[in-house]
Amino acid sequence: MTAAIEIAHIWKYYGDYPALRDCTLSVAEGSCCALLGRNGAGKTTLLRILAGLSHFQRGTVRLFGTAPRTGETRRRTGFLGHGIGVYEDLSARENLQFFARIADVPNARGVVSGWLERVGLERVADMPVRQFSRGMRQRLALARTFLHAPNVLLLDEPFTSLDDRAIHMLSQLLVEARARQATIISSTHQLREAMAIASHVALIENGRLRFSGERTQAMLDDPALLYRLHAEPGAA
Amino acid sequence: MKAFKQAFSVARKDLALELRTKESVNAAGAFSIAILILFSFAFDPFSEAIHELAAGLLWLTFAFAGALVFNRGFARELPNECLDTLLASPLAPSSLLIGKAIGVFFLLLLVEVVSLFVFGVFYNIRWWLHPGELALTCALASWGIAITGSVFGALTVNLRLRELMLPVIIYPLLVPLLVGAIEMTNALLGNQPFTSYEWLWAKVLIVFDIVFTSLAIALAETILVN
Repeated sequence: MTAAIEIAHIWKYYGDYPALRDCTLSVAEGSCCALLGRNGAGKTTLLRILAGLSHFQRGTVRLFGTAPRTGETRRRTGFLGHGIGVYEDLSARENLQFFARIADVPNARGVVSGWLERVGLERVADMPVRQFSRGMRQRLALARTFLHAPNVLLLDEPFTSLDDRAIHMLSQLLVEARARQATIISSTHQLREAMAIASHVALIENGRLRFSGERTQAMLDDPALLYRLHAEPGAA
Repeated sequence: MKAFKQAFSVARKDLALELRTKESVNAAGAFSIAILILFSFAFDPFSEAIHELAAGLLWLTFAFAGALVFNRGFARELPNECLDTLLASPLAPSSLLIGKAIGVFFLLLLVEVVSLFVFGVFYNIRWWLHPGELALTCALASWGIAITGSVFGALTVNLRLRELMLPVIIYPLLVPLLVGAIEMTNALLGNQPFTSYEWLWAKVLIVFDIVFTSLAIALAETILVN
């Protein structure tokens, strides 16, 4: 299988502090990589670099063989960051219609209605987002991320604030995305959910990639196993 | 074509947000009208001197009111990390910048229309005698303010003191544009059609607009991402 995402010897500094240290990771097309690590390990920095939102000092990053910030790469990428990336004073429908228009989604009206139904927001579709709960906002952000059927999904803690039904919905979305050969990198602290969906796992700690490889049955049975085997004892 | 469509989508979204929140247009409108009313008390509306001062006062008012509008342009994208979402999306950075400027342009025109009406009532100025020239002056100067404000609004969006920094950076750059707009408006205040002198200033404004629009398109990626 060809690599959809290739990261080679990446170094990223915030001032003098190395947030990423010589990270090398390859994610095959159609696979789902769970990016694990404790708070401040460098997961978000890595995802922001892949989304073309953050510069790095050394190394190379390629998405389908090209740099992250080309127009073609951005068209093929769906990014969900820490912020939900939607406008509080627009309704859910208006938000999705705006993002559909800028992504040039064909039949935007129908696609938006479909996604509102999919994420369970059809009844509140015309309410301003500022009246939404945190979970509803996260579901809207997920619809926004998946709206243009991206080939690469970069998800930063996508399970945040979701209830059990929404977690199931997101798991389904990820399974469907994989079925259409989308490549997924998802950082998360929800080990059980992440392991259930992931084909590969990467563990990052203090900016270093400690482990990357296929997700095994042992990891599925004991999601914390990876931390016990590869994380530094007492690391932040 | 796709880039224009994206830019108009951004402008449409910004105008929809502004119509809902009225964050900047209320402040800019109130500021302009307050200045014009105060000015009417400070100077005799029937004196000849008023015609010499009025154009300068009008465009300085619009430039300061413009700061209230373009300050919000990119600041609106900060909550919920909307700016990052847009930069990671298929939206071209140049379309984002031009879209922002189009939104600011229409809001500025709205403020100008209201202010010119108020000014006309107080000082008995018959703006409607030369509607084409008036529209041209407002359009060229407003686009110049909008595009410059959007470019520097993008540059300063992450600065803590952006509300202070932005006008300090922008006003020196706007000097040729404001001088041109003042000279063109002077003719309109005297109910005179444009002569070759005013048309020369119109050309200066066109060049200013073209230069800053081209720079915005060429440097959008650098301005917004780097």
